[in-house]
Amino acid sequence: MTETTSATTETTESVEEFAARARTWLADNMPRIDPDNPPEADRGEEAPWLRARELQKKLYEGGFAGICFPREYGGLGLPIAYQRAFDNESRSYELPIILNTPTFTICAATILDTGSEEQKRQHISAALRGDEVLVQLLSEPSGGSDLAGVITRADRRGDKWVINGAKTWSTSAFAADYGLMLARTNWDVPKHEGLTMFLVPIGSPGITLRRIKQVNGSVEFCEEFFDNLELGDDAVVGEVNEGWHVASRQLYHERRAVGGGSEFASGIGAEGKTDMPVDYVDLLEKTGQADNERARERAGRALVHRAVREQLIDHVYHGVLDGSLPPAAGSIIRVTHAEVHHLEFDTALAITGSSGVVDVDNDLIRYGERYLSRQTAALGGGTTEIARNIIGERVLGFPREYAADRGVPFNQVKRNKG
Amino acid sequence: VTEAASPERLLFASTTQSFLEKEAPLSRLRELHEAGTSFEPDWWRRAAELGWTSLLVPEELGGGSVSGDGVADLALVAELAGRTVAPGPLHPVSTVLAGLVDAPENHTETIESLVSGEVIASWAVYEPGKSWSPLTATVTATPTSTGYRLDGVKDRVEAGAESSVLLVVAQCEGAVRQFLVPTDAPGVGMDPQRSLDMVKSYARVQFDGVEIDGSAAVGSAEQTPALIARQSQIALILQCAEVVGVLDTVLAFTIQWGFDRHSFGRPIGSYQALKHKYADLKIWFEACRATTKAAVAEVASRSPGADMAVSVAKSYVGEYAPGMLQDCIQLHGGIGVTWEHDLHLFLRRVTLYRSLFGTPEDHNLHVYALTEHLESAS
Repeated sequence: MTETTSATTETTESVEEFAARARTWLADNMPRIDPDNPPEADRGEEAPWLRARELQKKLYEGGFAGICFPREYGGLGLPIAYQRAFDNESRSYELPIILNTPTFTICAATILDTGSEEQKRQHISAALRGDEVLVQLLSEPSGGSDLAGVITRADRRGDKWVINGAKTWSTSAFAADYGLMLARTNWDVPKHEGLTMFLVPIGSPGITLRRIKQVNGSVEFCEEFFDNLELGDDAVVGEVNEGWHVASRQLYHERRAVGGGSEFASGIGAEGKTDMPVDYVDLLEKTGQADNERARERAGRALVHRAVREQLIDHVYHGVLDGSLPPAAGSIIRVTHAEVHHLEFDTALAITGSSGVVDVDNDLIRYGERYLSRQTAALGGGTTEIARNIIGERVLGFPREYAADRGVPFNQVKRNKG
Repeated sequence: VTEAASPERLLFASTTQSFLEKEAPLSRLRELHEAGTSFEPDWWRRAAELGWTSLLVPEELGGGSVSGDGVADLALVAELAGRTVAPGPLHPVSTVLAGLVDAPENHTETIESLVSGEVIASWAVYEPGKSWSPLTATVTATPTSTGYRLDGVKDRVEAGAESSVLLVVAQCEGAVRQFLVPTDAPGVGMDPQRSLDMVKSYARVQFDGVEIDGSAAVGSAEQTPALIARQSQIALILQCAEVVGVLDTVLAFTIQWGFDRHSFGRPIGSYQALKHKYADLKIWFEACRATTKAAVAEVASRSPGADMAVSVAKSYVGEYAPGMLQDCIQLHGGIGVTWEHDLHLFLRRVTLYRSLFGTPEDHNLHVYALTEHLESAS
């Protein structure tokens, strides 16, 4: 895999000048927020998505949308330093943070890598204007990590593709306009060789969408059922039967995005109170442990790991750019993201003690509730087990795992029982 | 740790590296250990000629760095030294120089002799029975008609027995001060303390009514906390950078072992249980490198965030590196716990560094206190 080609534009404006211009524009145009107490943006609700579209439109009209996307598709074509400067300036403003992933960091980035000129012009621009929300339709009920084993089918009928099957774990698909959907177009060849990626209008007849309720009550994820959905050739992303190449780009972008290493994300604030980093000083005060050395040491360790994660993201990002690390090193960020999440959730659970598990103050129990969903950080965006395989095989070069389906026509591969 | 970007730095790096490979290979480390020697003074003089001791020293005091960023150059030396767990007083000499160059009055000759490699100096900061707390001292400096009289005990003084002069932290009229004390002054007693390392030795130093001249003081009372902070930062980034060098080498040969060593007809690196262990080692290694690089940059620019960045790096590197070495030993199997295999040479050094100049736990507490302070200030 190669680095995404976000060819940068020549600009005479320095990063500092750009930051100063952004500072003025933000003050005049965007709603101010308290970054320590951001407005709640529950991805499972409709309203935050409408709000995000409005805010994105403002960014676009103000000339601050898609800082690292090429100019010909509606972006600014600037290097990441400009995006980082904008992030820094925009901390105290409400931004359409929920559009970052998957719309910009994964879907638009993948369309930029693999889409037709027509698709790039249409969809990247529409997303940057706030007119389109994009999602991924990859995982299926039949399996998660073995993505190339999907069994949703796309059959050729006349000049149409007819889709039948089911997808799951698609983030906020209910709020989206288009989804990148992986389907099997040839069953007589090994699994990676018979896949095609389609760009599916979510509102099409033939798609039934249902919400999935998670342990923490969230309903942001969806499952979709395809019942003779019809698509034209213009819906194909990349080449027919070359869908794995497109999916690989998505996975690559996803692993970088999940850890916070994508230049296509704009704004770095939290998505709401539930997404805020733990304020340990506040937590120790609330739990009467401000002078408890054991609690302070534990919290200090979590702060160290949080800081190292940020330093690591920067190090890996630049390492991939200058070639000292292979692109697959994005998985280093992915695993670290999960590990630091775990440590933070575990630390908060330990510090809150019994007030984290019995609601004594209408507040601290949220740390216990967060803990119940701890593993989502190690599952979403590809499991940490797969990420460690990738590091072992594609960063360090060890032999690949044995796979019983390698080189076997997909219609002869053993599948789930029952 | 640092990008060897400029041609000057590349040349410096390659000269340093070939000197270390030729003059300080692991076999030499074993010989020194057998002979009970920490390092050879002549070897150190030649290292000084290569520029190792001049990097923190401004040109007007007889120093200079190749790239203009002496802290980063010094961290590069430490990283390269880590690759062969080199002997030598790089840490104590650099730490003392870091303090002296910020308060050079009366000490230009000492700086010169340290830069030339003729003289070894060390920082006497720890005290018996106490953990890392560089701003507290029970050694006292009592003013006399001509200077000061020192009483008390320091310990864990690196290369104390090889040093001609010590930078001693002492309590003086209600303030913490530092003094340069010749080790041959009457009343100075030196007892060696062995360490886990093959060659690094330490000393317990007794000061019994040691009379020193008034010019022995380093910096003013007001200046001293900043000098001690700077010395601590230099000591800690040197530790971290050297450990990164150790890890780089050990991971490289342990990964190669994963390709070469076969069990049940397969290279051991093909087994998922081991592959995932290797993946974790790679993740932790890049994290150690990232946090050390960040700390070096903050210290080099004398940023207000240097204190935090250094504690973050020391906590992380100190916590992870010894366990990573143990994982590498596990991946090697039984050969890894033999005297003959080099793994223990590396393990010794990183375990030593884990707990000197503050344990990871000490630095976690410091990071918390700094965060608390920042939050209350905002």
